[in-house]
Amino acid sequence: MLIFKILLASAVLVMSLVVAMYSTLIERKMAGFFQDRFGPDRAGPWGLLQPLADGIKLFFKEEFMPNTADKLLYILGPSLTMLIACLTSAVIPWGPDIIIRGQAYSLQMADVNIGILYIFAIVSIGVYGIMIGGWASNNKYALLGAVRASSQMISYELAMSLSIITIVMMSGSLSMRDIVNQQQGFNWNIWYQPLGFIIFLICAFAETNRSPFDLPECETELVGGYHTEYSSMKLGFYLFSEYINMFISGAVMATLFLGGYHFPFIDKLGLSPNAFAFVSFLVLFAKITFFGFIFMWVRWTLPRFRYDQLMRLGWKALIPLAILNVLITGVVILLNQK
Amino acid sequence: MFSNYIFYFLSALALYSAVMVLLSKKPIHSVLYLTLTFFAIGGHYILLNAQFLAIVHIIVYAGAIMVLFLFTVMLLNLNKDERSPKPIWVKAAAIIAGVMLGLVLIAVFRGYDLHLEQHPMESQIGLVKELGRVLYKDYMLPFEVSSILFLTAMVGAVLLGKKEQL
Repeated sequence: MLIFKILLASAVLVMSLVVAMYSTLIERKMAGFFQDRFGPDRAGPWGLLQPLADGIKLFFKEEFMPNTADKLLYILGPSLTMLIACLTSAVIPWGPDIIIRGQAYSLQMADVNIGILYIFAIVSIGVYGIMIGGWASNNKYALLGAVRASSQMISYELAMSLSIITIVMMSGSLSMRDIVNQQQGFNWNIWYQPLGFIIFLICAFAETNRSPFDLPECETELVGGYHTEYSSMKLGFYLFSEYINMFISGAVMATLFLGGYHFPFIDKLGLSPNAFAFVSFLVLFAKITFFGFIFMWVRWTLPRFRYDQLMRLGWKALIPLAILNVLITGVVILLNQK
Repeated sequence: MFSNYIFYFLSALALYSAVMVLLSKKPIHSVLYLTLTFFAIGGHYILLNAQFLAIVHIIVYAGAIMVLFLFTVMLLNLNKDERSPKPIWVKAAAIIAGVMLGLVLIAVFRGYDLHLEQHPMESQIGLVKELGRVLYKDYMLPFEVSSILFLTAMVGAVLLGKKEQL
């Protein structure tokens, strides 16, 4: 059992890294498409080797550290960001149980009964990596970027948590597995909580610092934002963790709102348990890919917000809407009980 | 026992980082060491099978309060230790007060029967279901009153934060 868990954890880690690696290529290809150009196509067929080339380039770049930087914290910043980005995948159920030699193995690393709170916790400590890195660089632009990033993430955390509370109210459980199992077939949460889904999606953009909320690294105002002073693979860690975060937040959204690995006519296929688990996993992966597409689509379509607009949207639009959503859900649940 | 080793590791970590909060020269290091202390204590909660408490502890302390501390320290740019050296009588007073507090704590805890919980993983009180039942059945009124207290604090914070005169 322990060996299986370790294997599963390694597989999920490798999967997140590979997906993040190729997201960079897909992102650039899509940017090319949206801007009517080709995108990277020199390295390998259709540019398939481009992520490898980028990785090698980052590794061989000069390792630069500012003289005035706080050495320990300067290194801690990107490491922490990377570590925290990889932590969330532990509570996501990647598929139904698979059966090896008559014994059922769960495709979820930890079925803790507080899975959603675990995700809240990881999201709320996600600020540290950026803040520490931005402060330790001892650079005005980096500090401004870090302060922007953290106030933005703190603000959008609230609306995000409030929009998940409705899901918890409906399912009556904090466990991710229970929430997925209540969305059998086409009985997805998005049909009951469309407003909650939209709020969560917007907050996911803000939490991953993606455009149109990418003010922490706003090039036109802050040079490079919190990673201005970073180079080589430390910069790579910051950029890379953004793609891991995209992948994981796609997985969380698919799990909470789009039924996780469930799909319509799930029971009519008549497959063996293992093949069924595989198909279910592919369905979940397709949903995550869909979210990845939305992330990129929005980035290359919408312009960036101004900072006061961002704060106004978060505090004066999303949070009241989320509270209203909680109220409505509560009333509907009460009426249904009678 | 594997969990014993984890206990000793977490305790050592908590004590070390708590001492380092005091000894660090830069305020920002103190803040980060305090965060580390909170994580170690969160680990202790998990050892006691109180997952809910552990996660809430991390969300509230590490995720919210310490981030605000970090914010303040960064924005005030308290990079160097700029406190002037304290006069000798302040140091003496601090030592006497600390020793007296220690004496009181020892006197209090001497009376307790400090037994080791034999099977901490069998205790269910820290799980979210049990905790919710206890809070909403046995301690309904105090729980609701404290939530009103929080609401008052929130309204007060908004009032203080308003720039224009009311």
